Amino acid sequence: MALTGIDIFKQLPKTNCGDCGVPTCLAFAMKIAAGQAELAGCPHLSEDAASALSEASAPPIRAVTIGVGEDAVKVGGELVLYRHEKTFFNPCVFAAVIDDGMDAATIDGLLKQTNESRFVRVEQDLKAGLVGVKSLSGDTAKFTALIEKVKAATTQPMVLMCGDPAAIEAGLKAAGETSPLIYAATADNYEAMAALALEHKAPLAVCGTGDLDALVELVKKIMAAGVKDIVLDPGTRNPKDTLERLVYIRRAALNKKVKELGFPTIVFPNEETEDKMMEAVYAGLYVGKYGSVIMLSDLNAARALPLYVLRQNIYTDPQRPMQVKPGIYPIGNPTADSPVLITSNFSLTYFIVSGEVEGSRVPAWLCVMDTEGLSVMTSWAAGKFVPEKIVPFIKGVGIEEKVKHRKLVIPGYLATMSGELEDELEGWNVEVGPREAADIPPFLKSWAS
Amino acid sequence: MEVKETYNGKIREATIGLGDTAVTVGGETSLPLYMFEGTAPNKPVIALEVYDTKPEDWPEAAVAPYADVLDDPVKWALKCQDEYKADMICLNLASTNPSTGDRTGADIAPIVKAVSDAIKIPLIVYGTANADKDAEVMPKAAEACQGKRALIGPVEEENYKTVAAAALGFDHLAAPHSPIDVNIAKQLNILITQLGLAPERVIIDPTTGALGYGLEYCYSVMERLRLAAMTQNDSMTQMPMINQIGREVWKAKEVKTPEADEPAWGDAETRGVLWEALTATALIMAGSNILVMRHPKAVELTRQFVAALTG
Ligand code: B12
Ligand code: SF4
Repeated sequence: MALTGIDIFKQLPKTNCGDCGVPTCLAFAMKIAAGQAELAGCPHLSEDAASALSEASAPPIRAVTIGVGEDAVKVGGELVLYRHEKTFFNPCVFAAVIDDGMDAATIDGLLKQTNESRFVRVEQDLKAGLVGVKSLSGDTAKFTALIEKVKAATTQPMVLMCGDPAAIEAGLKAAGETSPLIYAATADNYEAMAALALEHKAPLAVCGTGDLDALVELVKKIMAAGVKDIVLDPGTRNPKDTLERLVYIRRAALNKKVKELGFPTIVFPNEETEDKMMEAVYAGLYVGKYGSVIMLSDLNAARALPLYVLRQNIYTDPQRPMQVKPGIYPIGNPTADSPVLITSNFSLTYFIVSGEVEGSRVPAWLCVMDTEGLSVMTSWAAGKFVPEKIVPFIKGVGIEEKVKHRKLVIPGYLATMSGELEDELEGWNVEVGPREAADIPPFLKSWAS
Repeated sequence: MEVKETYNGKIREATIGLGDTAVTVGGETSLPLYMFEGTAPNKPVIALEVYDTKPEDWPEAAVAPYADVLDDPVKWALKCQDEYKADMICLNLASTNPSTGDRTGADIAPIVKAVSDAIKIPLIVYGTANADKDAEVMPKAAEACQGKRALIGPVEEENYKTVAAAALGFDHLAAPHSPIDVNIAKQLNILITQLGLAPERVIIDPTTGALGYGLEYCYSVMERLRLAAMTQNDSMTQMPMINQIGREVWKAKEVKTPEADEPAWGDAETRGVLWEALTATALIMAGSNILVMRHPKAVELTRQFVAALTG
């Protein structure tokens, strides 16, 4: 894991020549340790030292990029077992699997879902991330035709799925230089698959048999062949066994520094059940417990949306609530007669509330108070969304210059403080709004009339 | 591959109800669902929600399974028991909320008694988390189901002396409720066990946030409580946990919005059911033992998940 400045310093030439841009080797070492400089910055580093350092400073789980350009996705790179210890960094990705045995309508449907399965929530763009393209027929021409079709239809990076290196080779050519994930190397085909991965600069999935020791041996050979970007399939196809393997893989990489298991994973809830609802539930298991690439049978919106939101939750940085800038947010060209509402600056709260105000089509002023990123009730309970704080905020934020009336709508959950607030907020009437933001539109419509 | 952990802690077992239909939860000797390095003699169980008055703000998909019983808590509870095979019933005394019904303990005691007498499976009775009001209501509720060894909650820091004492006095269990905070959870457990309630009579309510509405905080605090229980053998974190899932999930916008209003979100029932099932299964992964749920289809998915992972 992360090396200290001293560990790094020990390997440097200690000549303090300054060619790296800082005056001393020690200062340079400290910069590297802080992530502000790269080893390559020292031109005098011996080869041995360079390889020792880059190996020792490599993250315990490699971050692997699939695809190229704007839609490339990065998975892995995780540093902890439990999100509260730091955070989970690179959100897992989902992929619907399209195979060459499907009829044209099914294929078109899945491609349409792959492109349209996008939701914006709390300002984040939620989408699947990848698309699986699988050869069922064993017919190389059919496989490459499908790959060409997918490539033309979507910019999402592909997972090329076939056990036959010849078909994968044709597939990689059809895919162009798009760095798709190759699925998969096995004990039988790994030499050819590793060569293809190197030649086409594509990451390579390695499929085990459920036995992790055997998987380590196989990965060792593939690493020896020079492949660096690897994704691990433990090879199990039921959630109980898969969970066990994923936990072991993550622990082995983080706690035991088993290099061969220090890679992102690929899992197949679509092959673990026939029932699409259960498939989604198992996918949810892997969102929390160490799945990186999660294969699905489709991206039906009613199942994809909850899964994407679960991923958003699990991969949120627990040490830093997402927040928006406090201030006045005009929504829909409000005037001096438009309603004034107040809310907290927790991103989730802000986006839910502003979305509903916008949806109401009633122009309004939304005053967002600095509650240090806490939700309405949490900040109220923490003493940050209380009359003593609201009064100076409303008096100072400039809303009194923007509207002629003096009516402030507060969240319904804070009804208990309305009397106190009205007493302290001179010149203003306090109106209790609905509790749930979803009820804001009818409320604003009747307010305006 | 030698990466198995050994744990020095264990979750206590707690039994709700009496006789044949009593339900025991807890007892696990590893992190949740880590069957490969411990045992879990009792699986997570599901309580179905029943309300003391007809709910007015439920979306269509949640109303449908109960449309014929929503205004009769006894029939409702029996339907959950007989048709949907609930492990327990959670009777929510929503009408005692001062800002909605404001009914008194005396008003709801007959309902509690009627439901508890009608069902065979164990009972959970929940107030509205308004500390003052619960202090008045919950002792009456506890008295009304005396002799059933029910689970009484939520017990708050501000009212544990009355609510936990009522659970103790009428021979029930108690669910101390802490706002997503390990230290408050422990502190409250210390306080109520000092009152004389055995630790085996305590079920932690760590506060539930629905998927998309604070789930991640809840997930992490539960994970931390479980890690403390297992690796630090911290006695005051070794109680089973309960989550109020139905109530939180079915008010979420993504669950309530009909497909007609948001065609891009897909079928509303599927979405709602999965929202609830994913909230439930994520919280099982974090250590939940009792899941209070609403939609029978979400219950079914959660059961299958538990069976697949612990069977
Ligand atoms: C996640 C959470 C936390 C997280 C914080 C997350 C965050 N960034 O805010 C953490 C773990 C840090 C936390 C801490 C605490 N929490 Co807390 N927390 C929750 C939880 C589970 C969800 C909150 C949430 O994110 N809701 C989602 C957002 C979107 O809701 P919202 O902001 O209220 O907005 C909705 C409505 O209010 C409305 N709305 C919003 N603005 C407006 C404006 C207008 C005009 C209108 C009309 C409507 C409207 O629209 C939104 C959607 O409908 C709730 C319980 C629950 N299930 O709700 C408890 C809860 C809010 N917490 C509570 C408490 C007590 C605390 C603590 C004080 C505990 C403690 N003693 O340490 C601390 C305080 C923090 C601190 N010390 O700084 C209590 C509050 C009790 C009360 N009623 O006073 C709650 C209700 C739990 C409980 N029942 O005990 N908490
Ligand atoms: S360039 Fe290398 S040798 Fe020179 S000061 Fe920097 S770290 Fe030291």
